[in-house]
Amino acid sequence: MKILVCITNVPDTTAKITFTDNNTKFNKAGISYIIGPYDDYALARAVELKESNGATVTVLNVGEADGDPQIRKALAIGADDAIRVNAEPTDSYFVAVQIAHIAKENGYDLILMGRESLDFNSGVVHGLVGEMLGIPSYSPVMKLDIDGTTAKLAREIDGGKEYLEAPLPLVLGCQEPIAEWKIPNMRGIMTARTKPLNVVEPVEVASMTNLESYSLPAPKGECKMIPAEEAESLITLLRKEARVL
Amino acid sequence: MSVLIFVEIDNGTIKKTSQEAIAYGAQVAQMLNASTTVLALGQADEAALATAGNFGATKVLHDANDKLTQENSLAYAHVLVQAAQQEGSKVIVLAKSGLGDAVAARAAAKLQASVVSNITDLPEISEGTFKVKRSIYTGKAFATVEVQSEIKVLAIRKNAIEPEPTDELATVEPFSPSLRDSDFVATITQVEKASSNLSLTDADIIVSGGRGMKGPENWGPLEELAKALGAATGCSKPVSDLDWRPHHEHIGQTGIKVAPNLYIACGISGAIQHLAGVNGSKYIVVINKDPEAPFFKAADYGIVGDIFEILPRLTKAVEASR
Ligand SMILES: Cc1cc2nc3c(=O)[nH]c(=O)nc-3n(C[C@H](O)[C@H](O)[C@H](O)COP(=O)(O)OP(=O)(O)OC[C@H]3O[C@@H](n4cnc5c(N)ncnc54)[C@H](O)[C@@H]3O)c2cc1C
Ligand SMILES: Nc1ncnc2c1ncn2[C@@H]1O[C@H](COP(=O)(O)O)[C@@H](O)[C@H]1O
Repeated sequence: MKILVCITNVPDTTAKITFTDNNTKFNKAGISYIIGPYDDYALARAVELKESNGATVTVLNVGEADGDPQIRKALAIGADDAIRVNAEPTDSYFVAVQIAHIAKENGYDLILMGRESLDFNSGVVHGLVGEMLGIPSYSPVMKLDIDGTTAKLAREIDGGKEYLEAPLPLVLGCQEPIAEWKIPNMRGIMTARTKPLNVVEPVEVASMTNLESYSLPAPKGECKMIPAEEAESLITLLRKEARVL
Repeated sequence: MSVLIFVEIDNGTIKKTSQEAIAYGAQVAQMLNASTTVLALGQADEAALATAGNFGATKVLHDANDKLTQENSLAYAHVLVQAAQQEGSKVIVLAKSGLGDAVAARAAAKLQASVVSNITDLPEISEGTFKVKRSIYTGKAFATVEVQSEIKVLAIRKNAIEPEPTDELATVEPFSPSLRDSDFVATITQVEKASSNLSLTDADIIVSGGRGMKGPENWGPLEELAKALGAATGCSKPVSDLDWRPHHEHIGQTGIKVAPNLYIACGISGAIQHLAGVNGSKYIVVINKDPEAPFFKAADYGIVGDIFEILPRLTKAVEASR
């Protein structure tokens, strides 16, 4: 079985977001980067499937060279090789075309992604890639087992869970508790250095969107503190002042 | 030309988030001098579908085929594209959700259209440019993007618009698109739905509990307040990790992102990853015994105190004020 895991290189979850160049560029100063947390679940499950079912795991990132440390980390966690499409990931469509192109060239049985990326938060790349390849896509997947050429999975639906069985190949957007995040061990880190990381150039895509500018949310006003003895007055305030009841 | 809105059906009626999508689509249609068509799939009550008119739609295309009653983004996208072609739609609007995003993405790929998700405001349209504002970095920032492709698929976040419903009704027309077997290759073996049918993403009010609730046996007072308010219940990540509450209630960066009018946090410290899931809320109330809890910085109203003492009093106050 051949598994492709698509990972993003994103600011860590506690990062303070700011912009430069007249609010047109993300300010990378002082930001530490991580593998997208959802992508990390996908990767962890892929490595488990490699151990239980026998598989090769390739990680793929569409991004610039500053993502290489995260790709190496994925190799240290247990992926066999990596591909980086050397391009700034400008929008979901662009990224999806790149992933679909690589997938068509190499043919994977399973393409695992995160439920959504931490920066773009679109939750659309899996659907786009699935359609571009003409295969089903499901998200967010919380449980995944492979039985021969059939995937048995559970995904979250509004207010509950749905269990389904579908034939491979598939594209899946993953979330917890599909697997526990894995931490690379010393041996993994050593072997990761010699595993192949192939850098390829992007295929051309007509531009669909163009970033105008970024902005930050308006700062939150003061929090109105209500003494515990007068807790009931909260209900009056919510009714008369906030008008949300 | 028609702006086309894909709606989600729950218990035979149009979901609230989808009502917002209709209102949003109707506004865009007005800007573009276009009409507003809704696409509804699966079994639904015809009178309920006609209420799409309350939110500005003139026509509802309805395919009542029972094959489409179960959520199936593959088939939905295939049908949506046929509706878009029939209506000559250049703008397609959906409510952001797991299903909405998947349908939007698959339809966009078929139409070679751009898909923009997490939109928070009405577009700015002028002289052939079409700009939308979307939430990025889990609510920590916004991006304004110009959508250049001819066809635009827009997934809007809850509260992107405040609908002002009227008494107008839409006409409901049967719609019989072609379906493909290849969109039905998966077998759904089991569905587990929570007993309360109030969904977190649809709820206007959410009462949410954290580790401060101490254990699953203590949720009674929180559920009672939720019931009195007609609210849905949510929780922090450790709470669902510990199995105190079901996973689908987990709110935050790695859980559900919610945008209710009112979010009441009980015994939740307000870690940045939790805030990432609630920063779209209009009003936030925090109840925590620790005055230094970071959540107070993101709150509109705060009470420093013991949740177990305060929750029952709030429930009484709500009941008394009715
Ligand atoms: C990559 C990553 C992703 C994450 N994603 C999420 C996510 O999606 N959602 C999420 O919630 N967390 C997430 N977390 C975890 C997050 O960092 C926090 O650990 C978590 O939110 C804390 O949950 P809590 O507030 O319930 O518990 P705690 O931090 O333990 O807070 C409990 C609070 O209850 C108060 N309290 C205790 N007893 C009482 C009482 N009797 N009355 C009133 N108040 C009381 C305490 O003062 C305290 O503030 C993530 C972490 C990481 C690293
Ligand atoms: N630049 C990228 N490189 C590789 N995979 C990506 C990239 N962007 C998004 N993905 C994958 O697509 C998933 C959904 O992303 P998004 O649609 O942006 O929320 C992510 O969790 C990743 O698995």
